[in-house]
Amino acid sequence: MMKNLIEFEREQKELIPMFHAIQEKYGYIPPEEISKVSKYLGISESEIFGILTFYKAFNLQPRGRHIITVCLGTACHVRGAQRILEEIERNLKINSGQTTPDKRFSLTTVNCLGCCAIGPVIVIDGKYYSRVTIGKIEEILKKYKESG
Amino acid sequence: MEKLTLPQQLNDLKKRFLSQRSLLKKIIVISSGTCGQASGSLEIIKAFNEELSRRNLGSSVGIKITGCHGFCEMEPNIIIYPEGIFYKKLKPENVPEIIDKTIIKDKIIPSLVYEYEKGHRIVRIEEIPFYKKQMRLLMQNNLKVDPESIEDYIALDGYQALAKVLFNMTGKEVIKEISVSGLRGRGGAGFPTGKKWEVCRKANSEIKYIVCNADEGDPGAYMDRSLLEGNPHSIIEGMIIGAYAIGAVEGYIYVRKEYPLAVKHVKIALEQARKLGFLGKSILGSEFQFDINAVQGAGAFVSGEETSLLASIEGRRPFPRQKPPFPAQEGLWGKPTNINNVETWANIPLIINKGAGWYSRIGTKKSKGTKIFSLVGKIKNTGLVEVPMGIKLKEIIYDVGGGIKSNKEFKAIQTGGPSGGCIPAEMLDLPVDYETLSKAGSIMGSGGMIVMDEDTCMVDVARYFLSFTQEESCGKCVPCRVGTRQMMEILTRITQGKGEEADIKILEDLAKTVNIASLCGLGQTAPNPVLTTLRYFRDEYEAHIKEKSCPALVCKDLIVYYIEPEKCIGCKLCLKNCPAGAITGEKKKPHVINQDLCIKCGACFDICPPKIMAVSKYTGKSKEKILKKFSSRKN
Repeated sequence: MMKNLIEFEREQKELIPMFHAIQEKYGYIPPEEISKVSKYLGISESEIFGILTFYKAFNLQPRGRHIITVCLGTACHVRGAQRILEEIERNLKINSGQTTPDKRFSLTTVNCLGCCAIGPVIVIDGKYYSRVTIGKIEEILKKYKESG
Repeated sequence: MEKLTLPQQLNDLKKRFLSQRSLLKKIIVISSGTCGQASGSLEIIKAFNEELSRRNLGSSVGIKITGCHGFCEMEPNIIIYPEGIFYKKLKPENVPEIIDKTIIKDKIIPSLVYEYEKGHRIVRIEEIPFYKKQMRLLMQNNLKVDPESIEDYIALDGYQALAKVLFNMTGKEVIKEISVSGLRGRGGAGFPTGKKWEVCRKANSEIKYIVCNADEGDPGAYMDRSLLEGNPHSIIEGMIIGAYAIGAVEGYIYVRKEYPLAVKHVKIALEQARKLGFLGKSILGSEFQFDINAVQGAGAFVSGEETSLLASIEGRRPFPRQKPPFPAQEGLWGKPTNINNVETWANIPLIINKGAGWYSRIGTKKSKGTKIFSLVGKIKNTGLVEVPMGIKLKEIIYDVGGGIKSNKEFKAIQTGGPSGGCIPAEMLDLPVDYETLSKAGSIMGSGGMIVMDEDTCMVDVARYFLSFTQEESCGKCVPCRVGTRQMMEILTRITQGKGEEADIKILEDLAKTVNIASLCGLGQTAPNPVLTTLRYFRDEYEAHIKEKSCPALVCKDLIVYYIEPEKCIGCKLCLKNCPAGAITGEKKKPHVINQDLCIKCGACFDICPPKIMAVSKYTGKSKEKILKKFSSRKN
């Protein structure tokens, strides 16, 4: 990691790009990385913690192998996105923001992905599923449930 | 390609790229923005590539992968040039047939052609009403440009405006041109762009910055994403011109993290522009130097507010701050900084190339040029539409948008996202410009237009937006932090049937306070969805509060689902799809919903075949009747 770290300048403006890179690598932000960045940039850990928790993009806990993101933008909302989210919550027996005990799925929401024409939209591991209905959910999830 | 050191070399390049394009007999343009990819455009591209190389057609038929064309409803779609044949909603298995018939034999495949009305098919893209009624000044190149190719952009007069400015105009003259054009900020507030630049130019500092705000956070708006994905060089060129006019040395494009494809295309475009000498030292051989960095956001709505955005670039928590001093006086690292929205920047090369006089003839007295709207929700032709300012709302919804889906009744149009408001049917004759929309209680905002029909509950919509702003409030100032929370809780209570008569008055008082006393635009505009729905749809609030009924049949706690025994054919479809196991019944006999188990997810309502439509929703008194009937049967 330190090798990657020194590619960044020792300036506060590098803080967010650094944590994007860390998250890209580990899937979340491990606590020891916060300490490393803190020393490297000379910013206190508590301040970094404050910044990281303010943004939605950073996860301080490890996440599941498959990331499900449900779009709750306005266009998706008027087409029933909330009901889609609730159905996935029931299906996986977790709430939005949580990870299944077997670490297979993490469920999150997003305010808008900007694909409003094809809503309701859900994204699993970067793959977009459009015009999702409650009836389609089990079929979509099945593939990921079987693949490990 | 080598770095250009003379403006003439740009013209030579343009000629070379244009002649390369003319060698192809046919070009297949494949729309592949985020919406396109989500609908399967990548599989279509793969199929075309395989099929063309299998038949050795690669040298005469070209494939152009472009960004979003705006007609999202018809994705994935292609256009075959030179004829301009538009094929919609393609599947990979259509590809061999398209090559056999249309590419080789010039024959049209009717089943892939866009059908305007039943039996009325339209083959050529320019004749499709959705496109025909628009004025696509900014979006038109999304059809022609491969966003990963600077060659395409240069072939279509790209960077000509920059060359013109660098060698024929002073910074002052550029600002005058932009001022005369009448361009106003497309991010929402509509501040005159020339005036903004002027303030920053006059600021006394050796270091100045330029920022492109691409933190398009409004749910339901995605025109900035489409421009960045589809034609990133137009924004970059606009920024370089702005930097020249103002005297800036460094620029930032701040893109939302939720737009990975836009980030990718911007980074590629910046690299290409640097290589050819449009960025860096001595641009096109002139004495001017400037460079741009791409910065990725991290998922905070408030960072779209300009002072928050600056804090975010600096690597701090994106808290807004008091203005003045305005960013043009004290911005990034305390230096004068000019921030404009993506769409504003995209307008700049156009104005320089075609002239302020030409530009100012488009639009209304105070709002000039075109505006891109994302027309979404319960509308037939969902997509991005670019129209001249001053067009009537009605024309956007019915002429371009094709009217309401499934022939439902139009109820309202929501403009301006969480900061905007809902405009009712009786006001559809309003011309779209900054002043008129704000008089109606809404705002132009970033350009989201969400169409709502009779099935949309306006109290639920207000609650939706408030829960959004409440969640995204940064918490720095009390009116926004506490006020949005209180408003959301009251609205939630009303949608649950627990509203009280005094609630409307409290909502109005809170809304006024939050509007006046909040620190930044997020809080100041957060009450707009509540205020406009109260103004135009007060009866719906009253129905929720007094009659405990939801007229649009949306609010879960106020409705019941019921299977009409005389309509149900007993097909077991709803029974199998009910996630709660609440439906019982035998085959070919009417099914029944166990109201104690029903979680009101609506799966039965959605799945019941349209010809049968046996599942109904009831609210208010009729809901009570059904519940009574159910409990008496139980006993």
